[in-house]
Amino acid sequence: MEALQILERVKSQFGDRVLEISEKKPDPFAVVDPGAIVEFGRFMNEDPELAMDCLSNESGVDYKDRIEVVYHLFSYQHRHGAVLKVKLPRDNPSVATLEGVWKSANWMEREIFDLLGVNFEGHSDMRRILMPEDWIGHPLRKDFVEPAQYHGISTVRESPIVRLDTKKK
Amino acid sequence: MSTLRTEEMTLNMGPQHPSTHGVLRFVVRADGEVMREAIPDVGYLHRSIEKIAEKVGYRGFMPYTDRVDYVCAMFTNQGWGMACEKLAGIEVPKRGEYCRVIAAEFNRIASHLLSVGAMAMDIGAMTPFAHVIREREMINDLIEELCGARLTFNYMRIGGVAWDLPPGWREKALKYLDHFDPILEEYNALISWNKIYVERLANVGVITPAEAINYNLVGPNLRACGIKWDIRKDIPYSVYPEFEFEVPVGNGQWGKLGDSMDRYVVRIREMAESSKILRQALQKIPPGAVLAKVVRNFKPPAGECQIRVESGRGDMGWYLVSDGTGYPWRVHVRTGSFAAMGIIQKLSAGLMIADLVTLIASLDVIAPEIDR
Repeated sequence: MEALQILERVKSQFGDRVLEISEKKPDPFAVVDPGAIVEFGRFMNEDPELAMDCLSNESGVDYKDRIEVVYHLFSYQHRHGAVLKVKLPRDNPSVATLEGVWKSANWMEREIFDLLGVNFEGHSDMRRILMPEDWIGHPLRKDFVEPAQYHGISTVRESPIVRLDTKKK
Repeated sequence: MSTLRTEEMTLNMGPQHPSTHGVLRFVVRADGEVMREAIPDVGYLHRSIEKIAEKVGYRGFMPYTDRVDYVCAMFTNQGWGMACEKLAGIEVPKRGEYCRVIAAEFNRIASHLLSVGAMAMDIGAMTPFAHVIREREMINDLIEELCGARLTFNYMRIGGVAWDLPPGWREKALKYLDHFDPILEEYNALISWNKIYVERLANVGVITPAEAINYNLVGPNLRACGIKWDIRKDIPYSVYPEFEFEVPVGNGQWGKLGDSMDRYVVRIREMAESSKILRQALQKIPPGAVLAKVVRNFKPPAGECQIRVESGRGDMGWYLVSDGTGYPWRVHVRTGSFAAMGIIQKLSAGLMIADLVTLIASLDVIAPEIDR
């Protein structure tokens, strides 16, 4: 099925819990109700016409006024895919985990938690994955300011070119 | 006689360990020689490449993509190029696509060579590694002539490739392929069908097809489970539809379907297929330009897209969000190694500690690709 047809089918099942279907080129996507994301996941996984057996990608995007979690679903059986999104508030963003439907969500959700600070309710292992455990803040947020040092290690390096310049004078 | 007191051991493996393929760490809970669980700890190579993308702009990000996966950097180059081209609707000239395919397939052979050689070395056979490195160096020489670099190529551009094939390069490449095909046979005779080697790999780390899909395994790891899925065939991109090649899948000939031996053999067979593609591409390459005309200040229209490339470690997904300015709003790379690391904790239960090394090597995990 084409991506738009898939999204229409999801819409016919869930009605107004699909908040918006975008036709934005090149890839269309559907924005859905964050409270029902597990139901969406289960339906798309189990419905024989969709059979989305793989959560191929899960990522987060910070839009300054909201945070979006983006799910790229894919079906190896029917060889089609679709994109779902949930919009979350920027303060304490939280959405239910999809770990129960697709195991691959485990690590990808840990990454989103680590880099964007989205909390996934019901996740079995909600720890930082890429950044150190005692890191403060979430680096992929647009307003993140890099700290000057980490445990006494400077995070910026003086430019060697500038240093040569000052020596000349 | 009183019974002996026994307890579980917690062992630390890495981050500096010769067989972890980069900087990785495992916390292993073991009962004697048998593991209860191996918990991967990643992030030692995190360089926040996705954040860098938001700061350096579309063209400036190309050299950074090399660092996402430095063992097969052509594919990361191509992935980034294709994502930008899809958003902006740029068409790459035919010769440019051919150059991309040629460079990428040479890179796939080099990447698989390193993978199978390092696997033999991890298991204890030192000699094959020297053989594969010898072959890999020759490919590196060819690629060096093509783009000036041996590891982080930065060969591709948005809209094509940076340089055309140098004079006489085509003949040299064909000559190398004539040399390479028998080498593969020699390598198989040296190690692949060796009884000790096969028994170390067969039945270790068995992954079922349903598990592989649920954990989002991709590339050779997925095909080893018997699933015939290759982005080059199934969601064709570039000029791959013009070539004839097979997609090798695992068949459980040596043990169970989806064991480490299947993953190993799929890589060996893929090298032969890449060699086939290269011969066809080098014969058929059309004349013309290699780079489309792209404005210097590249600004794709606002929008978002995802593209998928079949890299050496499988389906690599580039998700790109643009807000219409000269800097990408968000870039996310979904890599094969990240998914493969996620399944190790589950597979490790009940394995011998020595087999953990086999498992990591057979999944062909590359640390920078996990951490980005």
